[in-house]
Amino acid sequence: MISHRLLAIIRKEFVQMRRDRLTLAMMLLLPFVQLVVFGLAINTDVKHVPMAVLDYSQSPESRRLIQSFTNSDYFDVVAWPEDTRAISRLIDSGTLKVGLVIDPDYARDVRAGRVARAQVLVDASDPITASSTLSNSAGIANVLGIQLLGRYLRPGTPFTPPQMPVQIDVRGWFNPDLLTANYIVPGLIGVILAMTMMMITAMAIVKERETGTLEQLITTPIKTWELMIGKIVPYILMGYTQMTIALLVGIYGFHVPVRGSLFLMYALTLVYIGCYLGLGLVISTVARTQQQAMQMAFFLFLPTILLSGFMFPRAGMPEWVQVLTLVIPLTYYLEIMRGIVLKGVGLVALWRWVAPMMTLMMAILGIAMLRFKKRLD
Amino acid sequence: MSDLVVDVRDLTRRFGSFVAVDRVSFQIPRGAIFGFLGPNGAGKSTTIRMLLGILPVSEGEGHVLGFDIRTSSEEIRARVGYMSQRFSLYEDLTVLENLHFFGGVFGLSGARLDQKVRELVEMTRLDGFEQQLAQGLPGGIRQRLALATSLLHDPEIVFLDEPTGAVDPALRRYFWERIAELSAAGRTVMVTSHYMDEVERCHDICFIHHGRLMAQGSPGDLKSRHLPGQMWQVRTSARAEVAAHLARVPGVAGAFPSGETVRYLLEPGFDPAAPAAALRTSGLTCSAPEPAEPTLEDVFVALSRKRGTP
Repeated sequence: MISHRLLAIIRKEFVQMRRDRLTLAMMLLLPFVQLVVFGLAINTDVKHVPMAVLDYSQSPESRRLIQSFTNSDYFDVVAWPEDTRAISRLIDSGTLKVGLVIDPDYARDVRAGRVARAQVLVDASDPITASSTLSNSAGIANVLGIQLLGRYLRPGTPFTPPQMPVQIDVRGWFNPDLLTANYIVPGLIGVILAMTMMMITAMAIVKERETGTLEQLITTPIKTWELMIGKIVPYILMGYTQMTIALLVGIYGFHVPVRGSLFLMYALTLVYIGCYLGLGLVISTVARTQQQAMQMAFFLFLPTILLSGFMFPRAGMPEWVQVLTLVIPLTYYLEIMRGIVLKGVGLVALWRWVAPMMTLMMAILGIAMLRFKKRLD
Repeated sequence: MSDLVVDVRDLTRRFGSFVAVDRVSFQIPRGAIFGFLGPNGAGKSTTIRMLLGILPVSEGEGHVLGFDIRTSSEEIRARVGYMSQRFSLYEDLTVLENLHFFGGVFGLSGARLDQKVRELVEMTRLDGFEQQLAQGLPGGIRQRLALATSLLHDPEIVFLDEPTGAVDPALRRYFWERIAELSAAGRTVMVTSHYMDEVERCHDICFIHHGRLMAQGSPGDLKSRHLPGQMWQVRTSARAEVAAHLARVPGVAGAFPSGETVRYLLEPGFDPAAPAAALRTSGLTCSAPEPAEPTLEDVFVALSRKRGTP
């Protein structure tokens, strides 16, 4: 039998949610705005990077290399300096991000079937450009190399080159991670849910304490779990709505492919939402005013973002910090979401992340239940 | 036992070293209007909160409708209506939504809930306000909505904590009419107040002061027991001076200003002419003393004096 008391609470929460238009609008706009901001501002597919070219080879082969760079759309040649010092000056002053220096022996090496060399200098103070340049130049070199290889592989010619014929050294190699929308969007869904679920639950309950309606509720025969579940259910739906909006923006706005099962994603998200709703409940048992609740939510939110692996890879953190990240639900959710969205893996592969996240959820909800009970008496 | 809906023995509640309620015992028979009387901070709300199981009991025991208040608060809450001193409504819900919500929380649903809500809207004269948000409502209407909310589940006992605390005389009269109706319908009403005049309508009264129970009984009992002798009153504009002067006359107990008059108790065996004569010689302007009907305020003053607290 579904309890009438539970239904009454759920219905009331929905009416209140609907009446607070501003908050509702903010909650629904948040995933949209966040994704657009993150997706556009942290767009790491850097295109049309201004580049200087110093061609010591001055040959058809070297011109072909330069053309490959400009044809790729990733680079625009804007300067033809005389020597490497001129390139450094341009990069130091910030006028240019990238310089291409082609070896004097480049053409001879290509013709002789030896490894032909060129060098790319990158402004490493901008890791995003640097890493994108790294991969793009490597890609250009490979494409060019394969074309050259194809020329050698004429019938009757013995196959000799063990190495790619064109090798480009990139100096200023900085950030091995290539951040893209594909990588950001799944994580961002986790971040948005963490923030809103935690804050909205904490605020909703602290507000009842502040205005005295919580005491009113205590004098009714309502049970602790009914009150808790009744408060939580509407916010679970809110979380799912936010997630859906973020996914739609990701898929249609940023062409993020979802390779795995959507059903699995939504099912596991429930566990994740449970974690942060629980944390919100715990906050509500500690905070006396809505302002305190907000501050505490932020206090928990910052390490969540910084340590979970959303911003920086966890592998780069000191060992003890890595241990600390294991109590952050987002840590697991990131792995799960990236696994489903980018790798298309299923529950079996994800189980090593799902199991600890479920444990965390049960622990958090258990603490919330105990503390909530205490505060009612 | 069967006819006592509330039975409290030596109930005590401490907050640290402060004793808010000190060994209070009382019984309320079914259908009674029970007045819980005392100044602010006397321990009235604390006692009611213990009866509902919102506050744990420090010592002593109590039963409400036969349920132990220490262990069966759920059962008690389901059968008892409670209108707290600062009743809180959901400001962002309408009158009807508030009623439907609390009705649902008390386990009502469907047609029964609708009918109950309609009934209470009519009884508390909330018609016309149904669709208004609670936040814009004037005080009197909020108070009536609070009363309606506490009656949704047809409680056997209604605890009304200071229902007339800050309302106009018309609404006070309204509340006492409803209380009389509830009692006539067989419900028990426990009402706290610090207005001595209105609790005359109670069947039974407890005086509580500094957490201690000072007297219990019907208004008539209390008057005859604690006011031995005859009450008198004098009309005067110099109330403080007249009261001070009268207090020195032998046989006069507890002269105190009340409204336009000074009231005093003349103990049995003393000459009523003596205070009058004393006033005449004092030169203070006042009317001749006349006999007065004893009130509960007189009882309260007499009781406070006995304990040495004004």
